[in-house]
Amino acid sequence: MQLLNTLLIGVTAGSIYALMAIAFVLVWRSTRVINFAQAGMALLSTYFGYEAVSRIGSFWVALPVAMIGGALFAALVELILMRLLVKHASSGPIAGVAPIIATLGLLGVIRSVISMIWGGQDLRIVAPISNDGFTINGSTLVFSPLKLLVLVVVAVLLLLLTILFQKTNLGLALRASAHAPEIARLSGVKVDSVRTLGWALAGAAGAVAGLFQTVNGNGNFSPDSIEFSLLLVSGFIAAVIGGLDSLLGAVIGGLFLGITISFVLMYVSSGLFFIAPFIILLLVLFIRPQGIIGVKAGRRA
Amino acid sequence: MSLNVSNLTVHHGAICAVNQVSLAVPTGKLAAIIGANGAGKTTLLRALSGLNKPSNGVVNWMGQTITGTKPEKLVRLGISHVSEGKSVIPELTVKENLELGAIWRKNGKEMKESVDQVVSIFPRLGERISQRSDTLSGGERQMLAIGRAIMSKPKLLLLDEPSLGLAPLVVEQIFQTIRELTTQMRLTVLLVEQNAMGALKIADLGIVLNLGKVVAVNHAQALIEDPAVRAAYLGY
Repeated sequence: MQLLNTLLIGVTAGSIYALMAIAFVLVWRSTRVINFAQAGMALLSTYFGYEAVSRIGSFWVALPVAMIGGALFAALVELILMRLLVKHASSGPIAGVAPIIATLGLLGVIRSVISMIWGGQDLRIVAPISNDGFTINGSTLVFSPLKLLVLVVVAVLLLLLTILFQKTNLGLALRASAHAPEIARLSGVKVDSVRTLGWALAGAAGAVAGLFQTVNGNGNFSPDSIEFSLLLVSGFIAAVIGGLDSLLGAVIGGLFLGITISFVLMYVSSGLFFIAPFIILLLVLFIRPQGIIGVKAGRRA
Repeated sequence: MSLNVSNLTVHHGAICAVNQVSLAVPTGKLAAIIGANGAGKTTLLRALSGLNKPSNGVVNWMGQTITGTKPEKLVRLGISHVSEGKSVIPELTVKENLELGAIWRKNGKEMKESVDQVVSIFPRLGERISQRSDTLSGGERQMLAIGRAIMSKPKLLLLDEPSLGLAPLVVEQIFQTIRELTTQMRLTVLLVEQNAMGALKIADLGIVLNLGKVVAVNHAQALIEDPAVRAAYLGY
């Protein structure tokens, strides 16, 4: 029973990491940038969600509000900040890293602006259903209706994303622009707009991750939330484990990370909470540097 | 004349890759652009399809000035460019690569019809339709690249070295198909080639480029018979 419990906790946390990893992958695929501001965007989206909850009172309104808010904000960042940056710092040794460093700067700016608007104190979003564990045969699990809900919602979102990417023309345009922007342009795809869309989707995915990370924890969040630092680190590590280029890899990376951490905490030591993700990352990089399902970087003409 | 280029100049940094090139291709004709490595052939083609920005000159297509227009817009005006080196996306299936070519038309029915049309031109692609395109042979990839360009129902086809890296027998087959497509679909074609003899044999018109400049324009057959061209580009 404890084994199952540990597994389910890991899967729940892992599914949230997977969403965050997907956000990283979407941005990486569309613009070859590691967006370290992703956690800041998720945090901001959580504040959007908080505003919706406190006005309307429903978590189910807050979720789409946070997603749309997150998507719009991410799209604006790509449109205004990233494009300008790429234009101005397009040559020299800084060209490759300037956008990535800029996202670090943006992370700080977002946190400060949030503090200015909402203050630095803890705010709270109450979970839509109980986080008290299920009881089976008299023993109480940590796995709860809320965790089950998180799993179901993430699964549905992943299914929708898969359909979008595999079955629609928009998805084809997104994949073509990611793999071969020049061929995509020659085929008539407006690659610049598709890139912005990639950021927007990442913003929406990050928003869901942010809200769920909050309610799956104790419901409290602030500009300095440790939960969001953890989300940033775990999402990034999950994305790297998954090969950084693959959505499926991001999901596998997220679940792998979530489950492994859960087992390490349960069976090794709960003191390893912050160090475990990094050890896992290092191990994966040593054993399979291309990621779990990543392809070895070959010739790219 | 459907394609008219006058005094087109393209720079790569300080290097002048294409130097005041003027040329004209009539509707439905196949023009071969031949020349040595570094003559500016690829740069010229990339400037015509909007991938490279010209620093000077005018490109006119069907009476419309298109100099410096983005490639995604030019596709909508009927200009399709198959870039150098079997331009297919390896991560996508054969079918997806083809569909990509028609994606801007936003018409599912037409897209299906176009896929069927391309498959009837290249039956080999039909056999491999749901395979990832990195499993294809070199010749099949070139067919797929041309097929993708056909998917957008072009009027002007820009082909960059379709023979590159292919076995002689496959090259002959590809050239033959290009000739047939030109005639059947009334395409205007600009074919850039290192394989000068193969290209001139199927072309109506030959253009010789050297160090970024046009040094000879003539009927393809006349160029084949021209002793200077023979010596410099045909190797005998």
